[in-house]
Amino acid sequence: MVNSFTMSLDTLANRVPHGAMVAVPADYSFVSMAATRALIRRGIKDLHLLAVPQSGIQADLLIGAGCVALVECAAITLGELGPAPRFTDAVKSGRVRIKDSTCPAIHAALQASEKGLPFLPSRGIIGSDLLRVRPDWTLIDNPFPPHDPLVALPALRPDIALFHAPFADRRGNVWIGRRRELMTMAHAAKTSLVTVEAIRDIDLMADEPLAAGALPALYIGAIAEAKNGAWPLGLPGFYEADEAALRTYAEAASSDTGFARYLAALMAEPHAAE
Amino acid sequence: MSPAAPTELLIATIARLLQGVGHVAVGASSPIPGAAAFLAQVLAPEAMRVTVLGSQRNNDFTDGGRELFDCAAQGRIDAFFLGGGQIDGEANVNLVGLGAYPNLDLRLPGSFGSAYLYFLVPRVILFREEHSPRVLVPKVDFISAPGVSAPEIYRPGGPQALVTGRALFNFDKAKRRFTLISVHPGETVERIKAATGFAFDLADDIGETLAPDDATLALIRGPVRDAIAEVYPRFAANLIPN
Repeated sequence: MVNSFTMSLDTLANRVPHGAMVAVPADYSFVSMAATRALIRRGIKDLHLLAVPQSGIQADLLIGAGCVALVECAAITLGELGPAPRFTDAVKSGRVRIKDSTCPAIHAALQASEKGLPFLPSRGIIGSDLLRVRPDWTLIDNPFPPHDPLVALPALRPDIALFHAPFADRRGNVWIGRRRELMTMAHAAKTSLVTVEAIRDIDLMADEPLAAGALPALYIGAIAEAKNGAWPLGLPGFYEADEAALRTYAEAASSDTGFARYLAALMAEPHAAE
Repeated sequence: MSPAAPTELLIATIARLLQGVGHVAVGASSPIPGAAAFLAQVLAPEAMRVTVLGSQRNNDFTDGGRELFDCAAQGRIDAFFLGGGQIDGEANVNLVGLGAYPNLDLRLPGSFGSAYLYFLVPRVILFREEHSPRVLVPKVDFISAPGVSAPEIYRPGGPQALVTGRALFNFDKAKRRFTLISVHPGETVERIKAATGFAFDLADDIGETLAPDDATLALIRGPVRDAIAEVYPRFAANLIPN
């Protein structure tokens, strides 16, 4: 079969237009840090970054590098390493706009897109100030029993779902295992750009156990090989996070000059991490 | 056995609040609640399920990030933990920031799943180690999730207790107020009053928070420490080893 999916990392990064709405997974899932660095090097601008449902170093790095106009998230944090300094600074100063959300609202709004629906209703949220700062969310009444208010969440339809995966086959099927938020993201997005540890000479759809964890090629726009592509984050089940490198980032990002040095090093050594 | 460290007292206190729970879930940035959940699990007479966000070993979900929330909405999660940059006397929690939204004086990570799970999980334990008027305020600057809801709102869940580094409170939904149950070793009711920015009721028999015995400490310093190290290695490294 003609292999039209695979390309270089930089070519894949060039598929992301300025201003695109890009959905990315949480640190506990499969994050493409390789593509993140490639996007920064190519000088991507004005992204609408959708964290599904939260993000860490990926969002902080993109925000610090000036790639993001709007961040939509349930949280941005470096976890045990503390607050995400570039995110915090950019939101406080107003350089980046924020759409504060809550985890299940992001999942549900993506599920609405999966189903081609304009919205999904959600439990909870009523009485939260989130409802006040999210004028796009609205109260509706359950049409069945009376007096049962629900929050209607408009569908989220990202231009691109961007993530990393352990492997893909040459037909463009991507193995994501149990990380099924990636499935939801890919179903909801117009297309998915995926970096993988390796492209294997197998057919994922011909193997029942593997097929159960496979995202079909019909949702995939491009695949690029990027060994250790989640670094310095881990690829759960495959390799651990590089704690020392994450700490180096957290320390650097805590000041403007430290971050500038970190970014300059990233720009100067284009493929050091890949 | 060296005496209980403050962190160990908190782990044991939260674990007691989990008695009788069938399934406890632990969210992001929650090492002490996570350790408490593992302690409750080893002490439980019946099988108890502990789900830890970010874990490989203690997270059997296979349907992605949404599964925790879907489970909660179905009543499959009995207990959960919430913290907050601010918590007020009506148990409202603020995980968004201090000051006027959106250009806050202090920006916090965000609301996570609080605006949902607080409504749906029957036993939500509020936990914040810092106990000061800065954290325990009369009114939060931003309500990530409200402590109580109007009767027409579907809400099987809500706050059960508040554990801080200095005291333990219960929450009375009908009165919309906390009740001081016990103070941690070295604290007094007067000092707790001075450190709390909201008014609260006093239990009839306020005592000292029960310190873990040697057998419990051995569990915290052994299997609990090992279990929590997977997701919170730095936290586990700072616990006293067995």
